[in-house]
Amino acid sequence: MNGADILVKCLEEEKVEVVFGYPGVAIAPFYNSILDSSIQTVLVRTEQNAAHAASGMFRVSGKVGVCAVTSGPGATNLITGIATAFADSIPMVCITGQVSSDLLGSDVFQEADITGAVESFVKYSYLVRDVDDIPRIMKEAFYIANSGRRGPVLVDVPIDIQNATVKSFKYPESVKLRTYKPTVKGNMVQIKKVAAELLKAEKPLIVAGGGVLIGRARKELLKFAQKFHIPVVTTMMGKGSMPSDDELFFGMIGNNGHPYANRAMRECDLLLMVGARVADRSVNQPDITVTNKVLVHIDVDPAEIGKNVGPHIPLVGDCRSIFNDLMEAEACGDHKEWIKTLKGWKKEGTTKKKSSAKFIDPVKFIEELTEKMPHKAIYVADVGQNQIWSCRYAKIKGGDFLTSGGMGTMGYSIPAAMGAKYAHMDREVIAVCGDGSFQMSQMELATMRQHGLKSKVIVLKNDYLGMVRQYQHFTYEDRYSVVDLSGSPDLEKLAAAYDMPFFRVQDPKKMSEQIDAFLSSDEACLMEVVIDPMDLV
Amino acid sequence: MQKKVFQILVDNTSGVLSRIAGLFSRRGYNIESITAGVTAQPQYTRITIVTSGDDEILDQIEKQVAKLEDVKDIKELEPDKSVYRELAMVKVRCSAQERQNVISIADIFRGKIIDVSTDCLMVEITGNQEKVDAFVKLLDGYEILELARTGIAALVRGSEDVVYLP
Repeated sequence: MNGADILVKCLEEEKVEVVFGYPGVAIAPFYNSILDSSIQTVLVRTEQNAAHAASGMFRVSGKVGVCAVTSGPGATNLITGIATAFADSIPMVCITGQVSSDLLGSDVFQEADITGAVESFVKYSYLVRDVDDIPRIMKEAFYIANSGRRGPVLVDVPIDIQNATVKSFKYPESVKLRTYKPTVKGNMVQIKKVAAELLKAEKPLIVAGGGVLIGRARKELLKFAQKFHIPVVTTMMGKGSMPSDDELFFGMIGNNGHPYANRAMRECDLLLMVGARVADRSVNQPDITVTNKVLVHIDVDPAEIGKNVGPHIPLVGDCRSIFNDLMEAEACGDHKEWIKTLKGWKKEGTTKKKSSAKFIDPVKFIEELTEKMPHKAIYVADVGQNQIWSCRYAKIKGGDFLTSGGMGTMGYSIPAAMGAKYAHMDREVIAVCGDGSFQMSQMELATMRQHGLKSKVIVLKNDYLGMVRQYQHFTYEDRYSVVDLSGSPDLEKLAAAYDMPFFRVQDPKKMSEQIDAFLSSDEACLMEVVIDPMDLV
Repeated sequence: MQKKVFQILVDNTSGVLSRIAGLFSRRGYNIESITAGVTAQPQYTRITIVTSGDDEILDQIEKQVAKLEDVKDIKELEPDKSVYRELAMVKVRCSAQERQNVISIADIFRGKIIDVSTDCLMVEITGNQEKVDAFVKLLDGYEILELARTGIAALVRGSEDVVYLP
């Protein structure tokens, strides 16, 4: 038995079913050992996408995703994926091969100081120095990644350590970390204060952030909101935490959100901010969260509380545990008037724009697509104008909505959709991207084909980097610079090259039937939706 | 393996300490202690690093550090040509009866009593690392409640080897 065998055994102990990655010499012992395991391996076409796939898998399954790549460029290519996960607090364990220990620091072939390079994007990292440390390090890596405020952990394993012989393997039952003790349970004194505020409030509102999803507290959120009759809005990362057809749901806040959701946040008298950072894109004037209202900020990361705004009642802990504790509070009023007001705003806020006969309106397309998607379907939005349309108009009733919120990494959707598919082969998974973001990950169509992954891909095609074009439209009065995407491939031919059924939608009259055909296909397929290049979000 | 003390004069810019420390960790060099403080010319910071390694490693350390853009000068402070000093604060638990004993030990080391309370004393001691080690060792029979060591600061003796900062 050698270090690489031990690494694989650790993954088995953690019940890892699939590893996304890309081999190379420095990780070769690991990929040799994994052949003797039942763990599946998926060869992505560029390392960054291994991390995105691991991210997508976690977000729908709650299981920590794993990726394994080689040293040097393999490891550095992974960085954007790691940073993307870090920005959205997604746990993952990244294993990187490294050059032999005795050569470390001497700039040999494919050496990169990856633990140093990812320093600011990981929750923690290890450089393994002794083969006997592997079980402890792996146990800690999974624990650190998936506890407290979750995030990626990197384990860098020099090749000589992977090849070193070990006599026996014993996986530790528990971790012993002297300095890392995340708070899970909310402080009861604070919880009682919140309960008291619930009784007083006339216009309460919950802002559900990504923490609600990552903390797997969707059911608890719904129960809590229903018991106390509290309307819910979400941040972009919180989208999907509340069914969009629920009568207590009032849209998404933020620059790119719904005006009625922002208005609700301004005018409520008790704001329960749960698992949200009060980040610049969701609350551009943090003051409004404390003006004329009581702000309760619930987050598992104490450093987020008070970072952007000082709450009246800070409450640190895991949101699922806190919702459960709050359920014990005395029931309050039914807030009928407040909910009625919100419904009024929501109605006013829904405007229809003129439709064109030449192009598909992305709003109508996304509304109809998500209306028709099967129950529990997973919608993965990419980054760009497409993301804003998706966040605003996708109806997520029982399924999931994934996107790269914090980092805004283009190319996220296709690999994340692959990861989601691995988690739930029985669920429909659709990646929706723009033609810019599609081309950042189109190489993964090969991975999908190779592994028989039936996730589907939609490209909103406008031949522009639409989000930047829009910015240049407003900021530089239509002086477009480096946003023209002409030269892009013919997607029909591309789909044919990958043996994928292809759908093109350009005629609004045929949109419905094309959506039906796309959704009823039981294969991985590609759909091109031709939208107005000058469309603005 | 041998120990060496390096004096590094660097631009006093934000992040410079992290760049130096990062180089050490990236290349797997040891840092036994590191101290940093502004020099008489506030645009420069003096960093004193105690490190260890074989001759080749120590040679590499000097060259790799010298290469960093923020570094004006690096040189070894040889023991016989330099003065090393470390400051330590030691909080010792002792009753009123034991107090005099601790004070006596501190006196031998020319330590200063800088805080007294009913059940403990705080001693400040300055010297080279061996002296601080010896002092701590002599307190063996007592409970050390807290110990803070600064790591060493050092200067070359005389005026010949001074690096003049513009």
